[in-house]
Amino acid sequence: MMDDLTWIFFSAMVVNNFTLMLFLGLCPFLGVSARVETALRMGAANIFVLTLTAVCVWTLNTFVLVYAPYLRLIAFIIVIASLVQIVETVIKKLSPVLFRQLGIFLPLITTNCAILGLAIFQTNRGYGFFQGLAFALGAGAGLTLALVLMASIRESVDLGDVPEVARGTALVLVIAGSLSLAFMGFAGLLSSA
Amino acid sequence: MKKEITPAELHCGAHGAAPVGLRRVTTPGEDLLRGIWRENPVLVQLLGLCPTLAVTNSVANSIVMGLATFFVLLGSSFLVSTVKRFVPNAIRISTYVLIIATFVTVAEFVLQALVPDIYKALGPFVALIIVNCIILGRQEAFASRQPVGRAVLDAVGMGGGFLIALLLMGAIREVLGSGTFLGVDLFGPRFEPWVIMVLPPGGFFTLAFLLLAIAWRKRARVAQAPARERSAGVAAERAA
Repeated sequence: MMDDLTWIFFSAMVVNNFTLMLFLGLCPFLGVSARVETALRMGAANIFVLTLTAVCVWTLNTFVLVYAPYLRLIAFIIVIASLVQIVETVIKKLSPVLFRQLGIFLPLITTNCAILGLAIFQTNRGYGFFQGLAFALGAGAGLTLALVLMASIRESVDLGDVPEVARGTALVLVIAGSLSLAFMGFAGLLSSA
Repeated sequence: MKKEITPAELHCGAHGAAPVGLRRVTTPGEDLLRGIWRENPVLVQLLGLCPTLAVTNSVANSIVMGLATFFVLLGSSFLVSTVKRFVPNAIRISTYVLIIATFVTVAEFVLQALVPDIYKALGPFVALIIVNCIILGRQEAFASRQPVGRAVLDAVGMGGGFLIALLLMGAIREVLGSGTFLGVDLFGPRFEPWVIMVLPPGGFFTLAFLLLAIAWRKRARVAQAPARERSAGVAAERAA
């Protein structure tokens, strides 16, 4: 049981990293990766929402969608959107400090494809409650890892002498490609991945 | 008062490409054509990058994904533009998302029935058309404010632009990465395929080089523009 969960966690974090291997959640990866601090906050917000989503999706799959499987996508997107809205309101009330820190990132990730992607993967692989939780934590940790790596590289590149035509998204994509190459080294780390 | 966030910003607005709204009055022809190249959703506006990178490892996948997105965009734009008068402003985004999700569900079942192999290869990305920023962005910026005909033209243009961008990526990656085009062998047995191009890093690199090429061309044009203006001015003087 424990081995299984660890395997799911590390598989989602490095071997099948959401951003660098599966291309999920690229928007924040390209958009808010200019500073390490912002990247960390974005990562935290992502872990938070991913974990909550995993719980909701498990509930939906177990109690609702068995009766109406064709409503899967519609149910997921509604639940995710309202979940983020509720979380935002609750955090704003309970912990204004945390709210200020997560700030704009909470609504930003409502429609982030990583969240819906997680819901779909979790369903397709038939994860149970704890497996889903481990998967969400791993995916969140993976996203955060990718964001922080990217932000640290970009902070250094800012000081470098980059040709003007290559500045902006093209350069970020080249860095992302190199990171992705590096992460390919993890393939085969877990034999049944 | 909280600053209102447009859905395009919610998705991808963070990386610089502002949603193309209505800066000025456009003609129907422009509605149709601008999405194809000048305001191409992927290559110029940098929207919808996740599917662009994820499913373009072969031309067949790119075509199917492009067509599915095209269908969803066309259907949603048509419906949103038709019902725009009955949708209260406060819940408009949820309404758009519901409409989009419905069309995506249809597309998913159709693909599953017609091309099961490709459907399997596309994995979760068919379902993820729901959160493709191009579609929600067009509903908010265009279809919800324009008559049905123009909304449909716009959807055809933007959907076509997305399809073209996917095809471009898919062709480059498949030809270099497997030495084939639509499964047809191009270079014979002595070609050593660049396997990296069909793997995830290849997606990042291909798009990076496409964007570089576009930035390069734009810069060359900007550099030429003053010279062209001068010569145009001279010609105008002569005509006068």
